[in-house]
Formats: sequence, C-alpha cells, structure tokens
Amino acid sequence: MIESQPTEIVTLDRLKDAVRIKWAAHARLVQIGCTKTAEDQYEINYSFDENLKFSNLRIVVNPATDRVPSISDIYWNAFFYENEVHDLFGITIEGMAIDFKGNFYRMAVKHPFAAPAGQKKS
Amino acid sequence: MSKRTIIPFGPQHPVLPEPLHLDLVVEDEIVVEAVPSIGFIHRGLEKLVEKKDFNEFVYVAERICGICSCIHGMTYCQGVEEIMNLQVPGRAKYLRTIWGEFSRIHSHLLWLGLAADAFGFESLFMHSWRIREKILDIIEETTGGRVIFGTSKVGGVRRDVTNERLKEISVLLKTYAGEIKEVTDIFLNDNSVKHRLCGVGVLSKDDALMLGAVGPMLRASGVAQDMRKLGYAAYNDIPVEPIIDQSGDCYGRCVVRIKEVFQAIDIIQRAVDKIPDGPIDMKVTGFPNGEFFARTEQPRGEVIYYIRGNGTKHLQRMRVRTPTFANLPAILKVIPGCSVADIPILLLTIDPCISCTER
Amino acid sequence: MSLFAFTKTVLGSMVSKPATRMYPFEVREAFPGTRGSIAIEIEKCIYCTLCARKCPTSAIVVNKAARSWEIDRLRCISCRACVEACPKDCLSQLTSYSPAVAIKGGKDFFHHPAPKVAAAPGAAPAQG
Ligand code: SF4
Ligand code: SF4
Repeated sequence: MIESQPTEIVTLDRLKDAVRIKWAAHARLVQIGCTKTAEDQYEINYSFDENLKFSNLRIVVNPATDRVPSISDIYWNAFFYENEVHDLFGITIEGMAIDFKGNFYRMAVKHPFAAPAGQKKS
Repeated sequence: MSKRTIIPFGPQHPVLPEPLHLDLVVEDEIVVEAVPSIGFIHRGLEKLVEKKDFNEFVYVAERICGICSCIHGMTYCQGVEEIMNLQVPGRAKYLRTIWGEFSRIHSHLLWLGLAADAFGFESLFMHSWRIREKILDIIEETTGGRVIFGTSKVGGVRRDVTNERLKEISVLLKTYAGEIKEVTDIFLNDNSVKHRLCGVGVLSKDDALMLGAVGPMLRASGVAQDMRKLGYAAYNDIPVEPIIDQSGDCYGRCVVRIKEVFQAIDIIQRAVDKIPDGPIDMKVTGFPNGEFFARTEQPRGEVIYYIRGNGTKHLQRMRVRTPTFANLPAILKVIPGCSVADIPILLLTIDPCISCTER
Repeated sequence: MSLFAFTKTVLGSMVSKPATRMYPFEVREAFPGTRGSIAIEIEKCIYCTLCARKCPTSAIVVNKAARSWEIDRLRCISCRACVEACPKDCLSQLTSYSPAVAIKGGKDFFHHPAPKVAAAPGAAPAQG
C-alpha cells in the first residue's frame, strides 16, 4: 500500500461546507473527477492533499435532476475541472468562475463520456 | 486614459508547438487579464479503456505524453498493481526509478533548451539539446526507445539491464554531469538570462498552494511537496529531499529544475549502487477490482491516475490529471501585471504539455 | 563574470567537432536493443493469429484461410507485443525504422503471401 486514501461521501448540500473545511486546513485541491457508475448515477470525486495526506470527498449525482454547486468561489482553480466534468459528462454545475458553456473541449460528440460504452474489442 | 485591447495568443505560437489559446486583455503593454481556452486536441484517451484491456492500456498510457511517457506508464501500472495487490519485484522497482529519473533529466534539459529559445538565446538552446541527446542515447540503449520507453507493464518491467552496464552508465553520468553543469551555469549566472527571468511572474507561497500548482512550479514558491516522498517504486530506500526555492518567479523555477537534474543524477547513482538482483516481472492473473488514485512525481509535477476496475478485463474508468492541467490556473493568476513580451517565457515556465492536459 | 558566462562554451564550440552528423551520408548506428520495425520469417508462420490478437493497434491482419500475414506499418507503434506473443518465434524486431511511405493505409504494400503450394520446399518467400 503506497498510501491510504480515505473517501468521505457527502450529500450535495453539504459539499460546499466540507470543501470549506478543507480550505481552512490549507489543503491543496488535487483533482475533481467524475465516474459513471450506472445509468443516471455519477460519482464526482474531489481529491485533496494536506502535506502528502490524500483524502477524497465524494458526491453521487443524477445529471437529470441534480445541479451541482461550483466550488470555484472557494478553490478558484476548480473551474477547470468543473468545466471538464460538465463537458465530458453533461453534469450541470452552477456558478463556475469562468463558464465555458460546453466549449472547454472542442468535441464532435456532446458529453462523450456519458454515452454507453462502445462496442468491445473482440 | 489607456485603451483596452484584446490580443490573441496562440493557438499557434512560435514559443509553444502545442495549441494553447489565451485572450490577453492588454492596457498599453501590460496584461490585465487572461482568458484561457484549451480543448483543441482532446483525444478521448480516457474513453479508450472501454475498448482496450487493462494490460494493453499501458501502451496507451505511455503515449499520453511523449516527454513524461515513462512515468505515465509507470503510474498507470502502479495504480493497477495497487488494486490487484501485487508485490512487484525489487529489481523492477529500481529499474522504474532509474528510468523515471532519466526521463526527468531529459525532460528538464528539453525545458531548459525551450526556455532559452523562448527568450532568444538560440545557442544555449542548442547546447542544452546537444547534451540531452547523450541522455537519450543511454535511454535508447537501455529501453529501446528514445522517448517512448515502452518498458512498463503491469507487474514489473519488460527489459532488464545488466549490472555491469548500469555501473558504466553511472560512471558515464558523472562526466555528463560536468557537461550539464557547464550549460546550466550559464542559465544561473548569465546577465541576459537573469534579466529575462528574475522577478517575472511571481507566485506567492500561499497562492501556489491554494491554486493547486504542482511540481517545480509549487516548489519554486517555497512549498516542499514532492510526490516522491510518498515512497513509491524505490523511493522508499532512496529518500528524496524536495528542492525548493523561495523566489517564486521564473528564475526560481529555472533554478529548481536545474537542481533537479543533478538530484536525478544522484538518485540514479544511488539506485545503481543498491539495485537488488532477481526477477524483473511477475505473473499477473485475474482482473482489477477496486479503485485507487495513483500519484507520482513527473518532471512537470504530480500526475494523478484514478483507476477503477470492476472485475472485468476492461477498466470501468481511468482518469488522468496531468501536471499542466493543475498548473494552468496558477499561471493565469500571475499573468495580470506582466508585460506582453514576458507572456511566452512565463507560460513556458510551467513546462506546458497541452496534449497530455487534454488527453 | 556574469557577463561572460557563455565565453568558455563559445570558445569550446569553436575548436570542437560539430555535434551533428551529415545525415544522409553518415547514418547513426542504432543500438542493438532499439525497437524498430517488425520483420517476419513467413515460412515459419503457422497463421495462428496470436500476434494479431495481441497487437494493441490492430496493425497486423492474419488470414488463416488465405495464409497471409500483413502489417500496416503506419499503425504499428513498435511495442513488441507481437514479437513476445508469437509461439513460433517467426517475428523479430529490426533496429531500423520502416522507410517513409507516400501513401497512407499502405497495408497491401506490406503483404507477405505464403508460398502457393505449402508442400513445395524452397519456394522463395516474398520479402517486404
Ligand atoms: S509492434 Fe506492437 S503495434 Fe507493431 S505490429 Fe507488433 S504488436 Fe502491433
Ligand atoms: S503469432 Fe507468429 S505464428 Fe502466429 S500468426 Fe503471428 S507470426 Fe504467425
């Protein structure tokens, strides 16, 4: 085991408070990444690093009904990741510091990562 | 009284062969705001995990970026090994460390050359790359590729190097260190270099941390964070002290990178002294089931591989966060207040690699 | 001092040999381990298609019925997976890269047809 990576699952409305605690502890925002776990169920991981101690906040959302609040008013650099999550997965994120409105990546397909997996290589 | 104008920077710009576009809002000669736009070369490599099985994907991971190729492959393998609970043989770990440090030397020499080119010191650029060529020769000899090493695989490495050859390389590096020093001393002492780098784009310690900067960018601002401290590969036995600089400007980033070149040489020599004998790989059975965030220190900074397997031969999700992605917001914050002429070199000091940023 | 930091290097460059080569006339020698293009000894091949299945870029197409083995040089990434997979050891990796081509998708240009009559020994295998 290289390092332990505790993951705390938070609800959407508690997300910003949890992030504020991280900010107060001077944690560095390492990444925000989304994973599609099932149809209409997406996990978003917010990873932080406090002096080489890694930790995660995780929210589980349904893009059809949930609107994720942006944390870019706390961690300014989060808008990069949030635009990425929005472009690739089609998750609505509100209040990003710079909103590229779906033009962060120039792609032929809209929200490619939300599409079902392509046909498998035989 | 001054009027605001917008100057587009990129996507094609002589200083950077990769497409990064900035809209620079300028007042007179001073930039007041920069609006980035990337996304010209999104390749969708992360989506490819659904088509390639997890062993094959090593080849894709190695090709996410040309310059950090070795460490990309290694990080991916580490992540999968961690999920599958594989204990990689010691020799493989040491070889990974040695090749990883070689890629750091060649990447930093490449950057030094590009930086010299960006501030118009052509001959220094050529000298940096002349020495880089010798490092590339060692890499090609030991791995078979010049920049795409192709040595990583889940469960170990694909090639071995004899102990005698490693010893010779270690001696060879000592002579190269002298040559590198001759060139890097110019970076550190020459007036014209200092004139272009000192005091440009200062990033304070707090800003660097809270804007999520990584790698030499973060360390040049005085934050001692280096993922090698986590002790992956052989860094457990070969402790690394992060190299920091307090200035936070372009010159500081240059100094950090130069010192890291010599640190890398030192690490290789220590690793060669300690490398254990034994097998270089192990048999891998079964499929990964679980998740892990693999973190390693690339020449450009911390890279993150989020790997999630669901017990089949295809991974469910693989996400890469490359160092440039993390460094771009930080550089955007330091651009306001700089003069237009400083933007190219300022951007270059994060060692941008856009194609791996967008994957 | 700092004004003349570069002087030593400049003087050194004046008296030393050039660091570059006159390329077409003087070709750099490849290392024995360099991963170059893939070569096949077609007479040893048993058309088991293992190499084609292992190839991450699907550069190899093996047709068992037609007894043909072809490689698309432009797809090949010289990863050596096919060489490691081949049970007959008939694939090898050269240290030189494949020559430049003018047409993309030149799969047919690298066709290695098998001898027409399998029993005829000594039939010259086609080279590519
Ligand atoms: S070297 Fe790799 S890419 Fe090339 S043909 Fe063999 S398996 Fe395919
Ligand atoms: S793996 Fe070897 S024997 Fe089998 S088809 Fe390929 S080249 Fe022929």
